[in-house]
Amino acid sequence: MWYFDTPMIAFGEGALAHLKETEGRRAFVVSDENVAGLGFVETVQEYLSRAGLESECFLSVEPDPSLDTVRRGARALMAYEPDWVVGLGGGSCLDAAKAMWVLYERPDLEPEAINPLEPLGLRQKARLITIPTTAGTGAEVTWMIVLTDADDDRKLGLGSRENLADIAIVDPSLSKDMPPRLTADTGLDALTHALEGYAASWANDFSDGLCLKAADLVFRYLPQAYEDGTQGEARERMANAATLAGLGFGNSMAGLAHSMGHALGGVFHTPHGRAVGLFLPYTIEYAAREKPQRYGEIARHLGLSADLESKGAASLVRAMRDLLGRLEQPLTLAEVGIDRESLVERMDKLLDNAANEATTVVHPRIASMDELERLFLCAWDGREVDF
Amino acid sequence: MIDFGTDEWAKAFMEQINRSEAYAEAAKTWEGDFYFIIESEEHYPEPLHVYVDLWHGVCREAFAAADPSVKDPIFRMSGPLENWRRVIDKTLDPLQGLLTRQFKLQGDMVKIMRAVKAAQELVNCTALVPTKFPE
Repeated sequence: MWYFDTPMIAFGEGALAHLKETEGRRAFVVSDENVAGLGFVETVQEYLSRAGLESECFLSVEPDPSLDTVRRGARALMAYEPDWVVGLGGGSCLDAAKAMWVLYERPDLEPEAINPLEPLGLRQKARLITIPTTAGTGAEVTWMIVLTDADDDRKLGLGSRENLADIAIVDPSLSKDMPPRLTADTGLDALTHALEGYAASWANDFSDGLCLKAADLVFRYLPQAYEDGTQGEARERMANAATLAGLGFGNSMAGLAHSMGHALGGVFHTPHGRAVGLFLPYTIEYAAREKPQRYGEIARHLGLSADLESKGAASLVRAMRDLLGRLEQPLTLAEVGIDRESLVERMDKLLDNAANEATTVVHPRIASMDELERLFLCAWDGREVDF
Repeated sequence: MIDFGTDEWAKAFMEQINRSEAYAEAAKTWEGDFYFIIESEEHYPEPLHVYVDLWHGVCREAFAAADPSVKDPIFRMSGPLENWRRVIDKTLDPLQGLLTRQFKLQGDMVKIMRAVKAAQELVNCTALVPTKFPE
């Protein structure tokens, strides 16, 4: 048995106006100063006000939000006592909002104890609305929460199916002003969700179509959104792709590129989308040496050369690397600016972090510690994975 | 073949854990003890408790506890026989089993969620025990 979880989703140009339909008394907006600087927080508060809700905001969410930030936000929620929590921003803001909401409902919990194995009993005090301002993380429709334990140089994969948002609002007008680099980084996160969500051992009939559609949209529209951000259609399709990919992998699972990306982010603070996009060709090459079938299916869906499964996987890796090149993304850890000495010095930590991500054990081929280390080294200098 | 959940089975499981280099590596900093509990049903009028003490990559002690009060482990994972069988046969991912509440886990969730690789290697060890299930 398995589940398919989704919030109610309002999407398309103008979807943000759905906030005017919100019924409640008081809302608490979780966001950051950049998003506020773009005027989005004010717009959201204006819509909430038109719905008759008072609102307050917390604008101190940092990239890769820490456990401390979440604790501070939860304290602010407890003081304000809202009946809606609104996460507004990139994945960091949305994940922070989810975690703060859980702690508001369950002040007895520590953030690192938010887990999918125990009932949380949420929605006694408030419900959650998520509004992405980037097109990539899919955090608006997933229950996963990624927080950073700064003391341990580690990203923590947390969350419970209960902390899925009640409403996700996907309005492409909020992501249309993203600069090219952020467009590429976040778009590659969406592509990684789509490809890994389709290949994961937990993939299922409900998630497959979402992942395939999302992958198709990213390959077609991400280059346009990157090269000319004013292209409204590309922005809208990428916003949809990110949410579809989020629904896809959120109801399946991600894979080894995410494990390695989280590990790298925890230690070297590489932006998430850039890291997972970089690792993806290597982790596909690695898995496809034993289990090429699912990658062959993706390649066929994308119209790539795939008469044999192994050829399909190779075509997919080539298409992925072509896309990375077109987006002017780094193809190796060396190009990210990580020197080999530092990588080797922190290897034990990287391996420990990556091995203990749930995404490692649902990758189509499960890596041993030795293989994980070789994958990091291949990704450092761009060597083909031949093991 | 060894009857599942017996003391002999627990000892064979311990032996497989201590032979596993992959487990030793994955769990080198992890410590904790478990009761793996097979819930009572047709074949088992009383629940079976298999005690396993894991310490930095090795299993220090394992036995079938006739009286569960002899130990008070920090983790208790329980489920019906059929689900344990599916895990050992590798047709049910234990993490997926926990997520769908086909198993219940009591204990320090933070500690367990940080040891995914070790848990996976532990399951690999169960598959190496020649196990006979009641028909």
